[in-house]
Amino acid sequence: MAKDIDIKQGIDWTTVLIYIALLGIGLMNIYAAVYNVDNPKSIFSLEHNAGRQILFMFVSFALILVILFVDFKVYDSFAYIFYGLWILVLIATIFLGSDIKGSKSWIKLGTFSIQPAEFAKTFTVMALAKYLSTLGVNVSKLKYAVRAALFIFVPPIIIILQKETGSALTFAILIVVLYREGLPGVYPALIISFIILLILALVFPNWTVVLGLALFAVLFWYLFLKRYERNRQNLQRVLGLFILFSGFVLTVDFVISNVLAPHQQRRIKILVNPDSDPKGDGWNVIQSKIAIGSGGVMGKGYLQGTQTKFDFVPEQSTDFIFCTVGEEWGFLGSFIILGLYFILLTRLLSLAEKQKSKFARIYGYGVASIIFFHVLVNIGMTIGLMPVIGIPLPFISYGGSSLLSFTLLLFIFLKLDAHRSYKV
Amino acid sequence: MLSDLVPITFMLESRKPVILIFFYIIGAIYILRLFYLQIIDSSYRSLGSLNSIRREINVPLRGQVYDRKGKLIVANEEVYDMFVTPKKVLPFDTASFCNLFNVTKSYLDSTIAIAKEYSKDRPSRFLRQLTKEEYASVIDAMIQYPGFTFEQSFFRTYPGNTMANALGYIGEIPQKKFEEQEEQYYRKGDYIGLSGLEKYYENELRGIRGVRFTLMNVKGEEKGQYADGKYDTTAVIGQNLYTSVSLELQQLADSLFKNKVGSVVAIEPSTGEILAIGSYPTYDPSLLSGKSFSSSYTVLSKNPDRPLNNRAISAFYRPGSTFKLVQAAIGLQMGVITPKTSFASSPSQFIFHSGPYEAANLYNAIQLSSNPYFYNVFKKILANNSETNPFKQARVGLEEWGTIVARFGFGKQLGIDLPSESKGVLPDVKRYDKIYGKEQWKFSNIFSLSIGEGEYGVNVLKLANLCATLANRGYWMTPHLVKKTGINEASSKGINIETHKTGIEPRHYEEVIKGMHLVVEAGTGRSAKVEGIEVCGKTGTSQNKKGKDHAIFIAFAPKYKPKIAIAVVVENGGFGGVASAPICGLMIEQYLNGIVKRQAYKEQVMNTSWTTVARHNSNASVVKKPSQTIIE
Repeated sequence: MAKDIDIKQGIDWTTVLIYIALLGIGLMNIYAAVYNVDNPKSIFSLEHNAGRQILFMFVSFALILVILFVDFKVYDSFAYIFYGLWILVLIATIFLGSDIKGSKSWIKLGTFSIQPAEFAKTFTVMALAKYLSTLGVNVSKLKYAVRAALFIFVPPIIIILQKETGSALTFAILIVVLYREGLPGVYPALIISFIILLILALVFPNWTVVLGLALFAVLFWYLFLKRYERNRQNLQRVLGLFILFSGFVLTVDFVISNVLAPHQQRRIKILVNPDSDPKGDGWNVIQSKIAIGSGGVMGKGYLQGTQTKFDFVPEQSTDFIFCTVGEEWGFLGSFIILGLYFILLTRLLSLAEKQKSKFARIYGYGVASIIFFHVLVNIGMTIGLMPVIGIPLPFISYGGSSLLSFTLLLFIFLKLDAHRSYKV
Repeated sequence: MLSDLVPITFMLESRKPVILIFFYIIGAIYILRLFYLQIIDSSYRSLGSLNSIRREINVPLRGQVYDRKGKLIVANEEVYDMFVTPKKVLPFDTASFCNLFNVTKSYLDSTIAIAKEYSKDRPSRFLRQLTKEEYASVIDAMIQYPGFTFEQSFFRTYPGNTMANALGYIGEIPQKKFEEQEEQYYRKGDYIGLSGLEKYYENELRGIRGVRFTLMNVKGEEKGQYADGKYDTTAVIGQNLYTSVSLELQQLADSLFKNKVGSVVAIEPSTGEILAIGSYPTYDPSLLSGKSFSSSYTVLSKNPDRPLNNRAISAFYRPGSTFKLVQAAIGLQMGVITPKTSFASSPSQFIFHSGPYEAANLYNAIQLSSNPYFYNVFKKILANNSETNPFKQARVGLEEWGTIVARFGFGKQLGIDLPSESKGVLPDVKRYDKIYGKEQWKFSNIFSLSIGEGEYGVNVLKLANLCATLANRGYWMTPHLVKKTGINEASSKGINIETHKTGIEPRHYEEVIKGMHLVVEAGTGRSAKVEGIEVCGKTGTSQNKKGKDHAIFIAFAPKYKPKIAIAVVVENGGFGGVASAPICGLMIEQYLNGIVKRQAYKEQVMNTSWTTVARHNSNASVVKKPSQTIIE
């Protein structure tokens, strides 16, 4: 290969700038979240999360240098090996992991702990990209789609065994990657339909939802389908779908009360009606909404938040960091941060499309999907649009594993992109 | 297949827009949701303000301090501190405000400016310590001044008006300490014990602060408990300190030390309880309480006699001749002397000597404080090993000797319940190796140790403890001021007291004590004599290169079943039998008889001044002569 002396060459600076901006915003808000007016400590103090986050940032910068120095072809060539090794690490974690807040997903390294599940995303995306870029693989065919799905499903199953359900859910978003690579659109469409139905079933009495479905089927039959399409075959399909959806709606309650764990049940109930348990699990959601809502247009000003202090909302600097943003920086700040994420996502997708190598393109889509899912769920949870699922806000939430894993995920893509003219 | 139902309407390449649009739809939904939450729906905002949490701190009264008979030494005066929350302040008539609170316009403006900088939403201290009367006179007018609130507080009062140095003082928490605290207990401006007992027993004295979280609405009205009081804690009143100090004895010491620099420690030998502890010149403890703290502190800290220092536990002196008692006990234990031993040869080294060269026996030697005698005792102690080389012999001897001396508490902290107790210095082999080089020194280099001069450093507490050890015939109890801590005396819990043994047999101490009795009866310490009480004592003169020698006297009484052991140092007092022994005698009389009958003598001692002008100047010529001498 050509010797790269200038490791900066070809790096997409727009992405790097957004990355740095998000890191800076994150640090400021972590400091605000742990800030105690009665006893302010320096941002650099290692006694609280802000100081430690600075430390993690420096580790991340070192990691970036390593990524930029390593030959870009490594990721393609060793994708399966990384994936396989990491699955072993995940399995080992079940047995060696130390219990932190009821989940066995942490491995202690001296005074710090790392969460291998966070890094599993990167290696799964890598292996998936490798598989999908293999000659002859075509996910529009069921056989290949199932195999690709296996790559996606193995890590989250192990992660669920570590009792880290939130992290495991992330992998579901990789369906976006499959869709981009040719998975028939009906699958994502079905999934989205099911999600909408689930919400409807939770909010409204089930029989009204079924009635609505029936009405929709009739309207669809007479208004949407042309006369010549109203044949026996399509009637079977429409009826089939109606029965499937109705069945889903009618079994929602049963599934929720019999399959899900009690705390998961509560979270779903809270999503629909936080006031059902305002002092228990609904507490976070209510407090979070009040904090963000009380921010107004301009926010209360940096370090001036009143709702996000005193450590009443747990995970203030990790999962609920967006509350601090909403309260202190108001709508304007929230808008800017959401804006940054969406500029980043747009940029990542357009870079992905530019890739000559299929591997790099698929990897790029994987990166964008994973970041999107985290933003979707994390912010959604703080504004009451998503159930409480403990996953971090990329680059902003406090946490070494989270920051390092997102840095790894993103910068491998930037490294691949720097060599986008190469076709492997 | 279901997939046939929805035809593939997009080619693969055009799936990117689908994905992007999907992303953007979610983004748009979130922006709208945020717009709704933060801008449209004012219920969240008012809920936010309704929900704003007020954190009220309830500072409990600090524990009080009592003497051994239950007399109050330190108490509290309840006062009110006034706070300002800048955000809640509405425009008001500043002239009448300043008039009401007796503050200047510039104080008002600058304090509010500082408060604003700290936080607009949180209360900052505006005025300290309004008395109950002041509080009552302003409370009705407060309706005109929203944003100003009161919090109950207190300051220390001193009914005993003594013991300032050992009690210590409280003050606003220093910045460094504030930043270092782990639990974040203290707020800025909170009081904390900064020295003495106040510091040592801070955690007991302060009690546990209560915190109450209340929900407030926009107008600042209370809207009930936050989270049903889940996070609230109730205040627990501070624990009292029940000390072993005798207030009368302490106050007598104060008056006897008028016009003198020095210190005194009195211990009950059998328990280690401190009966009196004084450092002079001292100060009025109420100076460092309340509003006058900072101005008084500045004045006191600039005083060249350093009244803020607790000399009793921190000053360094040489033990002087009082140390001869230790040498005697060790010599007897080792068997290198007997009570009947006398030495014929008189060493030529003692050019500074002032006593008889030849003592008939040990009692005599103690009685008259014979330097040559103890020179020989120490020489024998160091030679009490199998080494023949004088350098090696001294080395091994000093090591053995040091082990025993250390058991008296020399060269280490005794563990008194006061901060900053000095360890003192007990010279050891390492020290002389450093000065002279290894095996480059022998007895003739270190002979001054024999009479308590040389490289020693002891404080008065250690001397009192030595005296208690002698009184106990061989052991000492950890000296301590506080017998019990707690809400009341019944529920109190004592602190951990240990017995420390010297390893020297009681019969040897009896011999030493015989000598000490002679000191007071017919020796160098006759001015410590008290009618009807068998006092045992020893004089000491601590050499001082900077000026006149320091006068030391230690004494205990009665001879059998001793009740009190005292050490007194009068700086620049010269000979211990003159300046310090009378103070010891009067204090013993007070403690054992409950009253001082020799009032005239007491007046005389009180009026004697040994203070020297500008002792801290290097110019020795300004050292003033004692105004009066009181040898019988």
